[in-house]
Amino acid sequence: MNLDDWILALHVLSAFAFVAGTIVFWVLIVAVRKTDTPEGTIRMEPVVKVGNAATGIGAGGTIVFGVWLAFSVGGYDIWDGWIIAAIVLSAISLATGQRTGVAYMQGMTKAQELQSAGQSEPNSDLLALNRTSNGVLLHGLTTLVLVLILIDMIWKPGA
Amino acid sequence: MSVLASIRPDDWNFPLFVHVLGAMILVGGLLTGASALAFARGEVRSLRLGYWSLLAVGLPGFVLMRIGAEWIYSKEGWDDLPDEADEPAWLGIGWLIADLGGLLLLISLIVGGIGVRRLRAGKGTGLLKATLVLSLVLLAAYVVAVWAMAGKPD
Repeated sequence: MNLDDWILALHVLSAFAFVAGTIVFWVLIVAVRKTDTPEGTIRMEPVVKVGNAATGIGAGGTIVFGVWLAFSVGGYDIWDGWIIAAIVLSAISLATGQRTGVAYMQGMTKAQELQSAGQSEPNSDLLALNRTSNGVLLHGLTTLVLVLILIDMIWKPGA
Repeated sequence: MSVLASIRPDDWNFPLFVHVLGAMILVGGLLTGASALAFARGEVRSLRLGYWSLLAVGLPGFVLMRIGAEWIYSKEGWDDLPDEADEPAWLGIGWLIADLGGLLLLISLIVGGIGVRRLRAGKGTGLLKATLVLSLVLLAAYVVAVWAMAGKPD
């Protein structure tokens, strides 16, 4: 394996981490819809951190190693349409992913406030925040964009 | 390798997409399941979440990955290779890990399923700890498989 093969392997592994993190959040989104207690919400925090680490490392690695490959591998250029499309789609997914995080952190913050106030009973406001339709929509959009990136990477339109 | 990718026939793309998408869903299910089981600290709801992530996300991902693998294998003509010809190492690594991994996934799901039933009866979480260990082993194995399939070592 030469250096470009290693970079390609790291690029693909990063993409797997990015998608795996997105799947972690889908499972949490489903799980948190039935969660109306501060304790139940806060209990998910370590898994949220795993999802954040996977998406953060995955997104960063995918972009950095991908740009490296665009410059290094013969036959591809950074201004190729499918590479520009991938970069633009990655930027969109980062923006929607960040907004998804903001939407769901409202529930986590509320849960921490309730716990600090000594409340442990089910709370309807907390349940409403955990069931944010805005968050679901944004995460659905992030997922759709990731699928489009995968399609772009495999079909390489215009290459 | 990159030149090969750029000249890949169009009708290979969809099987490859199915294979990669399935593998990504599988890894996502394993990561979620392992994380939920690892941080559950005996809490029943988190243990169930971990197990169901493996069953409802990881297993369908494995099936999709395996269907895509057979499809792209056939499309690329590896099944027409003469008996005396050796398959490339990356393909062998991929097959071995996919098949052994599938067996391990099945074992972890059976063990975990019994563990979840024992939880209902108020018994211990030992079997779900075994499921956690198996899912971590699987996650590491599939990282090696992804490296081999992407980097294509000689």
